Amino acid sequence: MTLAAATNEHLASISNTLIYSSMAVYTLAFFAYIAEWLFGSRSKVARTAAALTSEGAAKASGPAVTVKQAGGTAVLERPKVVVRSAAGARDVPDGPGAHGGDAQGDLYGRIAVSLTVLAFLVELAGVATRAASVERAPWGNMYEFNITFSTVAVGVYLGLLALKKNVRWLGLFLITTVLLDLGLAVTVLYTASDQLVPALHSYWLYIHVSTAIFCGAVFYVGAVATILYLFKDSYENKLQTGGKPGAFATSVLERLPASASLDKFAYRVNAAVFPLWTFTIIAGAIWAGDAWGRYWNWDPKETWSFITWVAYACYLHARATAGWKGRKAAYLAMIAFGCWLFNYYGVNIFVSGKHSYAGV
Amino acid sequence: MSKTETDNGPDQEDLGAAGSQLSTAPTEELSVAPGLGVIGWARWFWRQLTSMRVALLLLLLLSLGAIPGSLIPQTGADLNKVDDFRKAHKTLAPIYDKLGLFHVYSSVWFSAIYILLFVSLIGCIVPRTWQFVGQLRGRPPGAPRRLTRLPAYTTWRTTAEPEQVREAALALLKKRRFRAHAAGDAIAAEKGYLRELGNLAFHIALIVLLVAFASGQLYKSDGTKLVVEGDGFSNALLQYDDFKAGSLFQNDDLVPFSFDLKDFKGTYEVTGPNRGTPRTFEAKIGYSEGAYGKEKSTTIKVNQPLHIGDSKVYLVSHGYAPVITVRDGKGKIVYKDAVPLLPLDGNVTSNGVVKVLDGYRNAQGKKEQLGFQAFFVPTFDPKSGTMLSQFPALVNPLLAVNAYHGDLGGVNAGMAQSVYQLDKTRMKAFKDGKGQLLKKLLQPGDTLTLPNGAGSLTFEKDIKEWAGFEIVQEPGSGWALGGALTAIFGLAGSLFIQRRRVWVRAVRGADGVTVVEMAGLGRSESAKVPEELGDLAGILYDQAPGAPEPDDDSTDSPVVPAEGAEK
Repeated sequence: MTLAAATNEHLASISNTLIYSSMAVYTLAFFAYIAEWLFGSRSKVARTAAALTSEGAAKASGPAVTVKQAGGTAVLERPKVVVRSAAGARDVPDGPGAHGGDAQGDLYGRIAVSLTVLAFLVELAGVATRAASVERAPWGNMYEFNITFSTVAVGVYLGLLALKKNVRWLGLFLITTVLLDLGLAVTVLYTASDQLVPALHSYWLYIHVSTAIFCGAVFYVGAVATILYLFKDSYENKLQTGGKPGAFATSVLERLPASASLDKFAYRVNAAVFPLWTFTIIAGAIWAGDAWGRYWNWDPKETWSFITWVAYACYLHARATAGWKGRKAAYLAMIAFGCWLFNYYGVNIFVSGKHSYAGV
Repeated sequence: MSKTETDNGPDQEDLGAAGSQLSTAPTEELSVAPGLGVIGWARWFWRQLTSMRVALLLLLLLSLGAIPGSLIPQTGADLNKVDDFRKAHKTLAPIYDKLGLFHVYSSVWFSAIYILLFVSLIGCIVPRTWQFVGQLRGRPPGAPRRLTRLPAYTTWRTTAEPEQVREAALALLKKRRFRAHAAGDAIAAEKGYLRELGNLAFHIALIVLLVAFASGQLYKSDGTKLVVEGDGFSNALLQYDDFKAGSLFQNDDLVPFSFDLKDFKGTYEVTGPNRGTPRTFEAKIGYSEGAYGKEKSTTIKVNQPLHIGDSKVYLVSHGYAPVITVRDGKGKIVYKDAVPLLPLDGNVTSNGVVKVLDGYRNAQGKKEQLGFQAFFVPTFDPKSGTMLSQFPALVNPLLAVNAYHGDLGGVNAGMAQSVYQLDKTRMKAFKDGKGQLLKKLLQPGDTLTLPNGAGSLTFEKDIKEWAGFEIVQEPGSGWALGGALTAIFGLAGSLFIQRRRVWVRAVRGADGVTVVEMAGLGRSESAKVPEELGDLAGILYDQAPGAPEPDDDSTDSPVVPAEGAEK
């Protein structure tokens, strides 16, 4: 064995250690999120107070003009904009978040986010060393795809947090599935680090696979929001019709953003990434044109990418169609994400096609 | 079909003309039972087909219809798999055949779905385009009477004259690239037409894409050719080993060119668990375009086909071609050639046939034909205990041969016959001294001597490689690419650009002070509209500064927040 190869083996084992370490930190983050939810559930008073203050804040922005007295002359401030919400929309304020206004819950929430950042960095280092060990992009097999995928999904979440978007409520749901994804990666899908077969030697690997991973991660975030929307929506419906949801459902759901906000968030996330998904398929087609002789081969992976694309297109159209808005559109979004999942796991494992490289 | 934005915006009746035509999306109408007569039904059918709901259903059907093709073997992808499936499922296969499930993407029902979808699309796009052109030629609608009802609203009193404010507002909006004009006591402005343009471009691009794809299928040609190092190929129908073409393809559509294979090189993983996995394949060729083009040299790799005009030459397979020399009893060379052998496994264990058709005379001087079955391994390892190759490169090559003589069959009669198979019906095997089938393992340079002075076969030291090329011609792929790229940009425009209107009204109030009102309306509820309005109002406010409030603000206060005002 050459010296270079030995270094690579060494790097690969460092990568494995880093991935396991990140799983440990994600687990800690997971417990911190749980603690946030638990502490958040204990104080109803704090929560109600928070809801009231946020309502008060909304009211304060209502009046259009305030008059400030300065030196005896009345000078107007810059005019303020009155926003009128759409007719027919439910007037439900967003929940306060998992901590429910509880100080200790909030503290644990912050700890959880910090731990998530740490785990993300460790995992990122794991992916990077894996890439260094194989001297190529770390997307040659399902193991590498999985670890990159979860890194990107967490990255998207942290990116939204950094942009000051109200998405901390996503944390617990996201980290749970990230742990599942990593667990699957290190047990079932693990593949020793290795180089690529000639068919994958192309710069299109970087373009096509990286956008595919990114789209998957963003679709995933959208899907989590859609599921929560469905729960929150039926919860709100029940409240509206005078029903009484269960204590657990109330405790969890009342802290989430309003169903309209969740729906809008899911829509924005899915719509934002849909053109990129289109690009992924087209980049794949261009690559296929160079590698396989035809740009569209109806290979199972291609077919399922197309099905996923059509399903998301359905969702985007349904949002604009009377009688399909709301829950039905949300179901379509879930179907679309299901197609994406099947395209990744199902097609790789159960169907053989031209995308079958390097085992799984 | 195709408006891709929430429509839970402001209630439109409330706004009258101002809120209308912010998009050209079709209005949802209830399906009224058609009037009597053929025309009534046709019109009803057309209206249904071009409605959003039906388009949505067709889209759903399209994705559902694509599923079986990914799970059932397809003739277009792998004929052998289809045959295996037919053998394994005797009852199911005929049903699948009737439903066209072995060629889903060219089946009648799948075509019906997408043709209906595209008819629906065209039926939707054409009127929308006219409507959009009309909107571009017209002007943004004037301000609604009560601006307070709009989703974003602001107002202030100013010392400036109403005319001044309107002029300033018009200039400001024009500078911000709104289409603006003065309408009565207000300025009406609109921006974000690219959204509609993007939407239309996206859907038109889809049609272009489909047409390009379909024409590509009809005019395409696709053939394979195996070329041994040193040999060549010129692009004519007769030269192909295997050729498929679309139904409108004509033979003279083939792009004229020729090439010679100079050298083929494959490298493989030498160590580790993936030992033997291919790493690189390269074919060095010299090629010339046209009938008498100048020769140029290039390298074809797995991901790097050679483009000549509309044609692309791909490297798709490779194998070995040992050079075999056959001599007759007198030592005269009757055959000397590189014999391409077909690989059987990943380590290129290969087999094939050597056929000596004429020129050979046996020991008695009688004309006869010879046939040899050859089994070749590039890397033989006696320790492995099998005759199978242990590594794909030439490490320890070994050739196993047995020999036959007689009549090779249909060759002389002109019947098509595989060059890789031996028809032994009129052949007799050579026997060794014990009466067993003559068999010998040869290393490079070794010779198999046939019994009774029948001649010999030499496995020359020079082992050549061959490369399999696929030559594909698919016209229209440039159009498909153009359509696809347009689709992405159109899509991005239609999803990310917000179409919105802004109105600025400036009138003299009852007390003689100018009152400015500004309002914004977007296609969908978005935080951007009020933000932009606030921004515009801020700039305009600097040019038309505020006037003190009247003492009793009950008389003239347009500032009552609309009911349900909330951020």
